[in-house]
Amino acid sequence: MPIYSEKVMDHFMNPRNVGEIKNPDGVGEVGNPVCGDMMTFYIKVKDNRLEDVKFRTFGCGAAIAVSSMVSEMAKGKTLDEAMKITPRSVADKLEGLPKQKFHCSNLGAQALNKAIKDYLSKEKGGRK
Amino acid sequence: MRKVYLDNAATTPLLSEVREAMMPYLGDIFGNPSSLHDWGDGARDAIGHARTQVAQLINADPDEIIFTGSGTESNNFAVKGLALAQQAKGKHVVISAIEHFSVLHSARTLEKWGFEVSEVPVDIHGVVDPDDVLQQIRKDTILVSIMHANGEMGTIEPIQEIARITRERKIPFHTDAVATVGTTPVNVAELGVDALSLAGNQFYGPKGVGALWIRKGVRIMPLLDGGIQEEGRRAGTENVPAIVGLGKAAELAKTHMADRIKRLTPLRDHLLKELPGRIEHVVVTGHPQHRLPGHASFCVEFIEGESMLMLLNSKGIAVSSGSACTSRALKASHVLIAMGLSHEIAQGSILFTLGIDNTNEDIDYVLETMPPIVDRLRQMSPLYAKFSKTVKGGK
Repeated sequence: MPIYSEKVMDHFMNPRNVGEIKNPDGVGEVGNPVCGDMMTFYIKVKDNRLEDVKFRTFGCGAAIAVSSMVSEMAKGKTLDEAMKITPRSVADKLEGLPKQKFHCSNLGAQALNKAIKDYLSKEKGGRK
Repeated sequence: MRKVYLDNAATTPLLSEVREAMMPYLGDIFGNPSSLHDWGDGARDAIGHARTQVAQLINADPDEIIFTGSGTESNNFAVKGLALAQQAKGKHVVISAIEHFSVLHSARTLEKWGFEVSEVPVDIHGVVDPDDVLQQIRKDTILVSIMHANGEMGTIEPIQEIARITRERKIPFHTDAVATVGTTPVNVAELGVDALSLAGNQFYGPKGVGALWIRKGVRIMPLLDGGIQEEGRRAGTENVPAIVGLGKAAELAKTHMADRIKRLTPLRDHLLKELPGRIEHVVVTGHPQHRLPGHASFCVEFIEGESMLMLLNSKGIAVSSGSACTSRALKASHVLIAMGLSHEIAQGSILFTLGIDNTNEDIDYVLETMPPIVDRLRQMSPLYAKFSKTVKGGK
């Protein structure tokens, strides 16, 4: 049996929302190359909703699939809804992740969270 | 889809001649080699024949061959067994920083048992400097274990030079030759070592069988207690079919070694030269010349090995990687780190280990398939995006 579910393979082979948003409203970066995975999320916010979500990921198959899934789950959601995306909910949507991959590669929700917080802190500070 | 197996360092396929040689021992000749009746005789004779075949491959005396269950067992046996047998003389062991886990972790166990272990570094090509070994040797050093070649980056180590140092000082010297026996000429008399590990699944024999060669007169403590199989040095009923297979594979390796090397070396060199020519920011890992005949290993910058491996697999190509994500321990290969590569670069590790079935067309297929895969992953990589911006910003 392959180590990854069909859903993980689908998102790995055909990742959704790869890339960068020009002039993003928020950016969130997590991980580092030492542990093997690194993700950057870019968001565009309109009327308190995630109008667009894009990402770049350095990492294994799981890391890429997680990023893709998070972007898909987050797109169109309100900020509050998107903040509720957790590593567990992402793994469930992907029909499971190998045990050893759960912690290291499942950083997508955290990166999205960081991007939203980045947006909120800029909002608070008054946007340029 | 074209299927190209380039992971022969993980395991080689079983040759049909080897399988044929094994079959009777999975059938009618099922006796226990320790038994004194005809059934036992047949099995015992088969093991004796295999012992000679293996001994001939490495120019050893058949009595010096101990069959084991794997290369890992041979390494455990050598490192722990030799250290334990010599401990009255001292408790210091020298290994290199690039040993296989079966040597490295055996040495860690020795530390828990009160031994001291020193690690010899390697240079950027993964080569152990014999002078560095000499520097680590102390009055109480009772074992040196340095591998013959590393399966992850292919470099062949100067074992003969190191053996000169250990012999002068009468220190037992073990070499893990799992990557070399059966693929390159290995002659224990010439190497000058005292013990040597080998494994069947590295040269078209079965899995689950290996051997430890140990020079006559060198003392070793058995790890398995029980009956007097293997002269009491490795108890347990022998895996007769696997041992027969190992023997046959050894015989075939000896017969065909020169041809295999002649075929594999140009394929390897083509890949080593062409891949970095077709893809930017690719480094060859290991020594450019002193390396295993079918071994081509690289680090591809800005991307991670497992994702490369998976995309290559989707195109029918089987490879390995030393990245953190491909290891169960989630750590980048200690071998690549010991060679001075950064974690970031080590994550992009990819290794192609060729076998006797591979052709020019296989290599061309890899050279054609790799660049778009690398490009695709780089387009996704935040590290590459940062790099591209720096380069553009610099202009």
